[in-house]
Order: sequence, then structure tokens, then C-alpha cells
Amino acid sequence: MSEQRTAGSLPIENKGSLRGAGLRLPYRLEIDPAGANSPWWVTVVAIVLALIACGIFISLNGMNPFMVYGKMVKGAFGSTFGLTETLVKAIPLLLCGLGVSIAYRISVWNIGAEGQFVAGAMAATAITVYLPHLPVYLTLPAMVVAGIVAGGLWGLLTAIPRNYFGVNELITSLMLNYVALLALNYVVFGPWKDPKGFNFPGSPMFKAAETLPTFGTTRLHVGLIFAIIAVLVYAFVVRYTRWGYELRLIGANSEAAKHAGIRISRHVLVVMVISGGLAGLAGMSEVSGVAHRLMYGISPGYGYTAIIVAWLAKLNPLGLVVASVLFGGLIVGGYSVQTIGLPSSISSMIQGAILFFLIAGGMAGKLRIRSNR
Amino acid sequence: MDALTQIMVSAISSGTPLLLAVLGGILIERSGIMQLGAEGLMLMGAVTSCLVFIHTGNGLLAVLCVLAVSGVLGMLHGFLCVTLHANQVVCGLAMTIFGAGLSAYLGKPVSGQPLVGAVPKLHLAWLEPVPVIGNIFAHMDLFTWLSFVLVVAMHLFIHRTSWGLHLRAVGDNPATADVMGIPVVAIRYGCIIIGSMLIGIGGADLLLVYTPTWNEGMTSGRGWIAVALIIFARWNPIRALACAYFFGVLDSLGFRVQLIGSHIPSYFLKMIPYIVTILVLMFLGWRNKNKPSGAPEALGVPYIREQRF
Repeated sequence: MSEQRTAGSLPIENKGSLRGAGLRLPYRLEIDPAGANSPWWVTVVAIVLALIACGIFISLNGMNPFMVYGKMVKGAFGSTFGLTETLVKAIPLLLCGLGVSIAYRISVWNIGAEGQFVAGAMAATAITVYLPHLPVYLTLPAMVVAGIVAGGLWGLLTAIPRNYFGVNELITSLMLNYVALLALNYVVFGPWKDPKGFNFPGSPMFKAAETLPTFGTTRLHVGLIFAIIAVLVYAFVVRYTRWGYELRLIGANSEAAKHAGIRISRHVLVVMVISGGLAGLAGMSEVSGVAHRLMYGISPGYGYTAIIVAWLAKLNPLGLVVASVLFGGLIVGGYSVQTIGLPSSISSMIQGAILFFLIAGGMAGKLRIRSNR
Repeated sequence: MDALTQIMVSAISSGTPLLLAVLGGILIERSGIMQLGAEGLMLMGAVTSCLVFIHTGNGLLAVLCVLAVSGVLGMLHGFLCVTLHANQVVCGLAMTIFGAGLSAYLGKPVSGQPLVGAVPKLHLAWLEPVPVIGNIFAHMDLFTWLSFVLVVAMHLFIHRTSWGLHLRAVGDNPATADVMGIPVVAIRYGCIIIGSMLIGIGGADLLLVYTPTWNEGMTSGRGWIAVALIIFARWNPIRALACAYFFGVLDSLGFRVQLIGSHIPSYFLKMIPYIVTILVLMFLGWRNKNKPSGAPEALGVPYIREQRF
């Protein structure tokens, strides 16, 4: 790149007389803008390095990291129960991660999946609380629609300030997470609290018609099918439809897309509603399929983990499936080490470390080391 | 103490952690680097001070450890954003997620333990007889005094010294600054490290002074409110003081309204700071539609010498 210097830029290279131009090294780092996407092994290396880094913290805690990791893998993937639990956790991660991915496709940073998840869970529960006498065949569809609509509206609340007031969607979506969590706490400790629940902060248990069917005797529920359908639709729409083409165009170069006559602000609105709706569907399937009631702490941070899932998958549909199963396993593994006295937050520590190393690895793949001579 | 004094006192005590974090954020963003990891840094600062204070009982040592830990995390952020030119938004998110996870992991054993007396109060007896301000300023802790000093010092540094001029040049136009011989990379690293330390101290203040018990996720979004306050304050330390205390009042409002026997559930009162943050940002966006926001011009754009995009 250094050869293509434009007329306006000054040749500052190798001018020792320029005061304080920085440390002189025999080489320099450059970003190759056309650098290929980092190869798959960079992701693997990043995960391994993250595990090593967290292993250091685990050994500081007086535990053998190999034993801890072994226990986590065994807990998450070592038995039929562990495996189905991992898939149960992968469902909300896949749905939320899909929502985050769609938004990120056009560079909208939706980190409000957590709040949209909670909004969906609350709306689905509202159907059971306020419309208990719906016909049996209408109950579940009504809950699904309520969950999607509520999540979508929560997403819209982020899109409107961004579009019309220029407010950074990162801050809005995050503030709305806290609002949604406080609203959740209000209803489970207040008006929706189960009077027969021994003071447990949760709504009454759902009736059979209000719970999603499960596969056989496992806890794996029909939400899995929602998630798979959503991924297939996403893959198809992004690749083969005009709307998906426009999304890819905005993602590649929003200036060019604007000049091509694509109305970006309308896409932002639609994408945020879809993104929130998917997270809302995740919330609905979690209350109706797993918890069978709305309760305090319904999400162990699915919305935040979904950001890492989307980043790890590089917005690729198949990658999303793999990443959400992996992170579902991480959450289940985190629970399984509680038996040896470690906190389950070990999984969120590993998640954060993986994201750090992914960023570093992703950029390292684009950097070129050039000699200064 | 009359009502006004009480409101002032609670505004200052709940605004100080925010103020420290905002000042750190302003220093970092003035150098052109986005800092969205404040939440994670505050949590790490809080958990570090809690662990060190519980194990040693030494408040000074706790603060020194917070400086070390948040400085190292700042170096990590600098390495990713300045040296590797990574996406600064994702780096900030990574810092928040990693900080939240690691602090929850490290803090689990001490969760719920009360801490007292880590930060001494300066009892200024000679101030007490002064009307109005006497009651407010005579019993403040060291961190609050530190935050006052920092506001003035940072204002003078940024706007009145040649180093501050260099800093602003780096934040507005790193390429020109580089040509002028200003060490862009060194200044950015310096700002990120010192700013991260300030944010970490904000977390320590939250834990050691404001709510002296560690709980997972105890900052409850204050780091993000600090990020928003940087925008309200238009990257200016003096305005940051006013903004932080305004949010301090909102923060303590829930407690205050309950005290006078209101029947509004506390959950709704606790929502106020978050909703007000969004509304104020919307108001600012509407009012400043075609005006400069005061943001450093190169904020969030990685600087790569000799390269154009």
C-alpha cells in the first residue's frame, strides 16, 4: 500500500529528523483491507487460548483446570441427559444469536437481545395470566404471536431513537435490557406471583395446554423446530431474495447502498423488529418449553451470550448452529462444576475470554508484517 | 439536615462512581478510542477492591490493586484497538462481557459479605459551621475529594496545557498529529491505561463507599450510563460533574420516594435512570441535529499510519 501514496499525504517514512515519530522498528504492521476472512483454525486457536487463559484463573482458585474442563465437557456432552440439556440451552442461543446476526448484517449493534427475550417471555406469560380460558388450540399460537410481537416492539424501541434522533443503538438497547429486567422482577414479585408458590418469585405453573410439547421423555421441546426453521429461513432469505441482497449490500458498503436508492432507515426498522421478534420467540419458548412459568432470573444471560455466538459464527447460518450448541454446552458445563464447589459463572468468564481472543485472532489474520527497508 | 442538603449529599455519593467513570471515559475518548467496556472495568474494579480488602483489611492496598488490574485491562484494550486496529465497538463489548464473567467468578466466595471502613472520611470540623455547604462538604470521603480534584485537573490538562492540545489533536486528526511529530500511539496507550484506571476506581468507589457489599453484576448498568453521560457532557470534564450529579439524584430518587411513603413499586422507580438516559439522548439528538456533538472527530476510527480507506 505504501507505494500508492496520494499527492496529499506526506512521506513521513524514514525521516529520522521528524521529532517523536514513534519507536523505530525494522518492520511495521499494516492492515490488508482486502485481507481474506480469517481461516477456521484461527477460531479454534482463539478458543484454545481462551481456555488456557481461564485455566490460569482456575488454578489461582486452587483447582486443576484439566479436571475442571473435563468435568464440564462430561457434564455437557457425556450423557444423554447432558446432551439434551445442552440442546435445550442452545435453542434460545440460536434464536437470539440469529436476531443479533441479522441486525449486525447491516451494522446495527443490537445488544438488547436480553431485554427482548424477557419481553417475549413476559408477553407469553401474560396470555396465560389474562386469557386463561382461550380455546386449547388457540393458546399456544397466541403465546407465540405475543412473544414475537413483544420482542419486536422492544426492538422497535431501539430502532426509533436511532433512526430519528441519531441515538446510538448500543446504549438504547442496553438501557432497555435493564428496564425489561426490572419489569420482570416487578411482575414475578408482585401481581403475577403464584399465591400457592411458597413465596417463590414466579408466576403460577402453566397448564398442559400452555406448555410446548417435548420430544419423548426428555426436556427437549418444540422450540428446537422453531429455531431450525428460523435458521433455514434466514439462510434462504439472505442468499436468494431481493431483501436479503439489499441487506448484504448495506452491510458491504452503506454509502454505496444509499446511492443505489436503498432506504437504509426503513431497513433498520424492519431488521430491529425481526431481531427483537426472534429474541422474543426465544423467551416464549423458554417459559413455555422449559420453565413452564415466568420466574425471577429466567435468562442466565442468553442475550449477551448470543452476541458472542453471532461473532463466533461470523453471521453464517451453519456456524450459528455449531456455536450455539457449543455455548449451550458451556452453560450446562458451568452448572455441572457446581458439584465440585466452583461457581457456574465460570462459563461466562470463558465466554468473555473467547470473545477477546476471537477479536485478536480475527485482526491478526488481516495484519501483514512489512519490512521498513 | 434539611431536604435540600440531603438531596445534595445523596447526589454526590451516588454520583461519584459515575463521575470517576465518566472522567476516565472522557480521557480515553478524547484520544479517539471508543470506550464501551466501562461496565466490565467497573465490575473488575469493584471485585478487586472487595477481594483485596476482605483478605488484607488494607484500603490503600485495595486501591493500588484496582489500579493495577484496570491498568492491565486498559493495556489489553489498547493492544487490541491501537496495535491490532480491531473494531473498537466489539472490543468494548468483549471487555464488558469478560469483566462481568470474571468478576462474577472471582467474587462468588465473598458475595454478600459487608465491608466497612475501607475509605476514610475527611472530617473537616472547621467547615461545619458554614451554612448550606458545611453539612455537605464536612464529612466526605477521600474518593469524592479525589473526584473534585480530578475534574479541575482534567479540565486544565485538556484545555490549558500543550499536552492537552496534543491529546485533542490525536483525537481529532491522528494523521496530522503524526505528521506534526506527536506520538499518536504512545498518547493513545497512555490515555487508555490512565482512563481505565479511573473507571476501575469508579467501580471501587461504588463498592467500598456507596454499596459496601459485592453482588454479581452490582454495577447494574452504571458503566453504560457513564458511556451515555460522556455524550451528555460533550467530552468536557466540568459538564461531566453536573451530569453525574443529575444522575446521582435520579439514582437515589427511588430510595427517597419510598422513604416518604409512596406506593409506587420500587421497580418502576429504579427504571427512571435508564429511561431518562434514553430520553435525554433523544432530546440531544433532536436539538443538535445539524450541530457538532462535540465528539472527537476521529472517535472510533482506527489510525493506521500511511493508510487510507
